Amino acid sequence: MSIDIDTARRVAHLARIAVDEKDLPALAGELSNILDFMEQLNEVDVEGIEPMTSVTPMRLKRRADVVTDGGMQDKILSNAPDAREGFFAVPKVVE
Amino acid sequence: MSELSKLTIAEARDAMRKGDVTSVEITEACLAEVNAADALGAFVHKTPEIALDQARAADARIKAGDAPGMCGIPLGIKDLFCTKGVDSQAASNILKGFKPEYESTVTSQLFGAGAVMLGKLNMDEFAMGSSNETSAYGNAVNPWKIDDRQLTPGGSSGGSASAVAADLCLAATGTDTGGSIRQPAAFTGIVGLKPTYGRVSRWGTIAFASSLDQAGPMTKTVRDAAIMLQAMSGHDPKDSTSADLPLPDFEAALTGDIKGKKIGIPREYRMDGMPEEIETLWHEGAEMLRAAGAEIVDISLPHTKYALPAYYVIAPAEASSNLARYDGVRYGHRAKLAAGDGIVQMYEKTRAEGFGHEVQRRVMIGTYVLSAGFYDAYYNRARKVRALIKRDFDQAFAAGVDAILTPATPSSAFGLGEMAEADPVQMYLNDVFTVTVNLAGLPGISVPAGLDSQGLPLGLQLIGRPWAEDDLLNTAYALESAAGFVSKPAKWW
Repeated sequence: MSIDIDTARRVAHLARIAVDEKDLPALAGELSNILDFMEQLNEVDVEGIEPMTSVTPMRLKRRADVVTDGGMQDKILSNAPDAREGFFAVPKVVE
Repeated sequence: MSELSKLTIAEARDAMRKGDVTSVEITEACLAEVNAADALGAFVHKTPEIALDQARAADARIKAGDAPGMCGIPLGIKDLFCTKGVDSQAASNILKGFKPEYESTVTSQLFGAGAVMLGKLNMDEFAMGSSNETSAYGNAVNPWKIDDRQLTPGGSSGGSASAVAADLCLAATGTDTGGSIRQPAAFTGIVGLKPTYGRVSRWGTIAFASSLDQAGPMTKTVRDAAIMLQAMSGHDPKDSTSADLPLPDFEAALTGDIKGKKIGIPREYRMDGMPEEIETLWHEGAEMLRAAGAEIVDISLPHTKYALPAYYVIAPAEASSNLARYDGVRYGHRAKLAAGDGIVQMYEKTRAEGFGHEVQRRVMIGTYVLSAGFYDAYYNRARKVRALIKRDFDQAFAAGVDAILTPATPSSAFGLGEMAEADPVQMYLNDVFTVTVNLAGLPGISVPAGLDSQGLPLGLQLIGRPWAEDDLLNTAYALESAAGFVSKPAKWW
């Protein structure tokens, strides 16, 4: 499977990573090489195989759906690049 | 004073309990070594005040008696672990300045046991790399040197490996997603243990690939790995994948008696182009275990060759999802925006500036294999191949094999920058012997076993049954005793 420049542009946008137009051909080439490496997986017969879910069969722990923590707005905002009046601030989202 | 930083955990513990030395003395010796070793690039955030406070508290606790094994032991902590109030940025610019308001479970347990933090250690960005060259801090350097070149300490836990091998600290934490504890341990002549998936809580450890990530100890000896694992592991209600199973006494398992144990030698690990001296070392390792009373059997793990391609679908897929949280809103870096830029430009510019090249590449590969139309062809197929890789191991263990012996890496440490022009896939091949273990969720340990003809350390890997780190550590202890690896790098830094 080879990735063309349009696909590379689309993947970069889906991943929300800005890539210059001039860098797209090299990116497409790199991604294609990695995908070629993955093509080997097509040799494997996976008919009837269930995807692996755990190391030894065990049920994930359940917990009661209750509030155990909270009341720490200042801590939650302490690392924000832009926090105002108790909120995370971002560029205008709605016109 | 510098001799004190060379102690093993077990030696320091016993000497402190006897009153021969204090944690403050060992900590001060380590801090002096750390400050004199900037050329290694191992410590990227130093925390001497925290270290000395913790050391004084540890001394009081030891004096009062009944202190646990890790009490007063100075450690380096990989930058991937969130440490409260101390920079924790996963060696990425996107988390520059991030100071967590909470403590990871691993560091919380270690500090609760009295361990001392000297500082944070270099690594590949978000643990994505095998040479520590993707770090936003710059390279960590291997203390082993054979000519003018600077060598890689391996990755991603390169700073941890460099710091332990250079005796800057007694031990360090590492994390291992595809070999990131075991490969750097092998490149630097130390011991590195990746526990069974679920043995150690992942809470508060910055996530790379959640179904593969596991933290573990990087130490000077197998005994130290046992002591440190005891303090790091156990059930944590904050990590739903952490196993609620009883913990064995890992150190007590180290009898060195492996009589009657069955050690498997997987024929598929004999790779084309593998240096002959690695093949020789592997054979010698098997002979050492045989001489110690183990039975050596040939086994087959037929899906081995598909482990790397499966890994390079699954790990980037999980990474693309985990790293979606770095959006410039809640923490870390936000790009300067131009007039009229909206929220999408903010995300795209922030992530382009904040993530390094390899991280961007893996996030995009992950995005692609999870995208509509390709999910089944790549991601689901890789997960099924993963089940087959695990089944290979299950069948070997069901046939009575207790542990599996393999080389740890396909080469000794290479020069920093030597892989710069290589295809990314060439770098991925570093993990060829270790990545199967993460996919199957098994415990694996790298034990230093000898030097190659250039004088660089080589490691052997032992792979154990799930939840049987006690038995695995004992086999590793027998191998360590027989190999008698005592070489140390000559100090140049």
